[in-house]
Amino acid sequence: MLSEHISRIEGIAVYPIISLITFFIFFAAALVWVFRLDKKYLTQMENLPLETNFDNNPEGIKFQNNSEI
Amino acid sequence: MRVEKFSYDNQIVKLFMIAAVTFAIVGMLVGLIIAIQLYIPELNLGIAWMTFGRLRPLHTNSVIFAFVGNIIFAGVYYSLQRVVKARMWNDKLSQFHFWGWQLIILAAAISLPLGITTSKEYAELEWPIDLMIAIVWLSFGANMFGTIIKRREKHIYVAVWFYIATFVTITVLHVVNSIEIPVGLFKSYPVYAGVQDALVQWWYGHNAVAFFLTTPFLGLMYYFLPKAANRPVYSYRLSILHFWSLIFLYIWAGPHHLLYSALPDWAQSLGTVFSIMLIAPSWGGMLNGLLTLRGAWDRVREDPILKFMVVALTAYGMATFEGPMLSLKSVNAISHFTDWTIAHVHVGALGWNGMLAFGILYWMVPKMWGTELFSKKLANSHFWISTLGIVFYAVPMYWSGIAQSLMWKQFTPLGVLQYPNFLETTLQIIPMHIIRSFGGLLYFLGMFILVYNLMKTAKNGKFISNEEAEAAPYEKDDDKLKRGAIHRWLEKRPVKFALLSLVVILIGGLVEIVPTFLIKSNIPTIAAVKPYSPLELQGRDIYIREGCVSCHSQLVRPFRSETERYGEYSKAGEYVYDHPFLWGSKRTGPDLARVGKKYPNVWHYLHLEDPQQMSPGSIMPRYPWLLTQTLDITTTPAKINAMRTLGVPYEKGYEDFANQDLEKQANEITKDLINNGIPAESDKDIIALIAYLQRLGTDIKVNQAIIK
Repeated sequence: MLSEHISRIEGIAVYPIISLITFFIFFAAALVWVFRLDKKYLTQMENLPLETNFDNNPEGIKFQNNSEI
Repeated sequence: MRVEKFSYDNQIVKLFMIAAVTFAIVGMLVGLIIAIQLYIPELNLGIAWMTFGRLRPLHTNSVIFAFVGNIIFAGVYYSLQRVVKARMWNDKLSQFHFWGWQLIILAAAISLPLGITTSKEYAELEWPIDLMIAIVWLSFGANMFGTIIKRREKHIYVAVWFYIATFVTITVLHVVNSIEIPVGLFKSYPVYAGVQDALVQWWYGHNAVAFFLTTPFLGLMYYFLPKAANRPVYSYRLSILHFWSLIFLYIWAGPHHLLYSALPDWAQSLGTVFSIMLIAPSWGGMLNGLLTLRGAWDRVREDPILKFMVVALTAYGMATFEGPMLSLKSVNAISHFTDWTIAHVHVGALGWNGMLAFGILYWMVPKMWGTELFSKKLANSHFWISTLGIVFYAVPMYWSGIAQSLMWKQFTPLGVLQYPNFLETTLQIIPMHIIRSFGGLLYFLGMFILVYNLMKTAKNGKFISNEEAEAAPYEKDDDKLKRGAIHRWLEKRPVKFALLSLVVILIGGLVEIVPTFLIKSNIPTIAAVKPYSPLELQGRDIYIREGCVSCHSQLVRPFRSETERYGEYSKAGEYVYDHPFLWGSKRTGPDLARVGKKYPNVWHYLHLEDPQQMSPGSIMPRYPWLLTQTLDITTTPAKINAMRTLGVPYEKGYEDFANQDLEKQANEITKDLINNGIPAESDKDIIALIAYLQRLGTDIKVNQAIIK
């Protein structure tokens, strides 16, 4: 039905392809990004809401590894 | 190291919390009333503003924007201050935000029952309220960014990214979907028409679910779950990945609300593909939440707060798996327009939003009043009654949705519809609706347990209005762009972060919407499709006022079961003058796209007066006020002018004669009614509504040859 009219728009087929490629690149970049983050920083961020901050509380890091808690 | 002393503002959190609980009760009560009206239509007590069509938007708006909205603000104001280690930027702005938001809710609570509505789902509020929303929303954003900028914590925790993305995206959605031309103080027409309006509306509607009911709640989950479980989130890497993929993908998926509609096929397929891909980031969030509890599952047995959160995450997982499944065309062919959709959204609303909200409330109140929760036992009872409520709600709705859909599609061996009378399929599912309202009642009653428990808790403690805290100030250092440090660099800069989020969501929005605007000139103009007559236009606005679109679709899908029942399937070109579109999303009653000329005027008159007269057993409410209320024709010229501005080809100067045409057409219908023994008067609302209904879908009916 409408697909015939939409096909009259020049280069319409390129839109869905652009979307997929954009997402793929974006996702791949995010993946690389995430795996290059360093461990110390990640631990610090994970503990942030628990208010065991590195800078103010260097012992905070122990918290995560302490299975008692 | 120098340490600064400051305090967290708990007062504003308390206000938002009280508002959230109050409007949860109001919103659920309205939901319960309309659920019962679906089998006892007399429950509207014959009052216009108590009818289903007018109360349904009140229910959705109060649950989404009043209950969930207020709990989001309460949670954001609580957690944001603590993860950035700073008091809210400006206390006065916080107060303005709070009272402004409640004023909007009040305006909605008055205007929606009065029938002042744009009819666009989850965006029903009229233009003056839209402006209020914009101002108050910006004040929230300003306050949030102000707080982030004066923070004492170098990095911004993942919860806050979700808050930023929420703010940015809702701003864009609200602005784009609310572009409308005012016709007087309480009425407006959207600039978009037909297919375009549908696409913009569902791009908005879908993303309102995404960025109002999902992303802020994920943010809350990332703060409150680790707090309640007293352990860090499972994987910070996963949270980064799932955040960016989620906001990137969500924005594309809107067209899955319009499968098999007159929307271009490529846009439908795009919606489906991105919906399927959405499973990954959604489940990323769910798993990150559930795995945070690794090694602590024994505590879930004892701690009601964790129970609420686990059920919330599970419901989130179920709803976000079901959503993509519903986007598959073959599944959608069955589920769309039925109770299945209602079940789906309530697993999300009652399960994900409700249960997480309760968990957060039970966690925050003891903290803010410096005491313990009054009764774990009561919280456990609340947990069980709500969980049972969800089960009693959702299961019958799935059952009735599938049963009714299959009945609609059932043919006899001779090739005719087995249930040609729509009403037969309605009566079949009434037992399911009764059980559903019981489920709703259970969930509603649970709210009173929560209120009692929290009030008792507050009484046992003393409210800490300003919570003392201390932290070292954040010295801005010039972080070099080290290897792998890009995200760290980014998340230290909230404004750049917001801009990147904006770009990410705009990519999807633009690719999806721009081509549809390009087709504006390419939409097949069907020569037989003419603008509405003035009387029909007024009738259409009555249709909008009464919320008919809540129960009646105007879109025949290209299935044999639908063309047999309703007639020729709908074409995009038929809607070019529809500001707004009225396709609807639910068929509690039959589709009306081709109802024109199907029944005589007298049938409509008697049916609207009391549907039972024409269809015994009908669950449609009576509309006696339409017979007595006089049609306001002073608005006709303004409406004609507004429509012309929007591109509807009324001749110049027609506004001066429009009311003459209106009266002429009204007199013809009245004469016909009188000839059939009805003492009708030509200046009443009902005449206009009949004129509109009789016009629906007839343009191509009378001239089949032209559409070939």
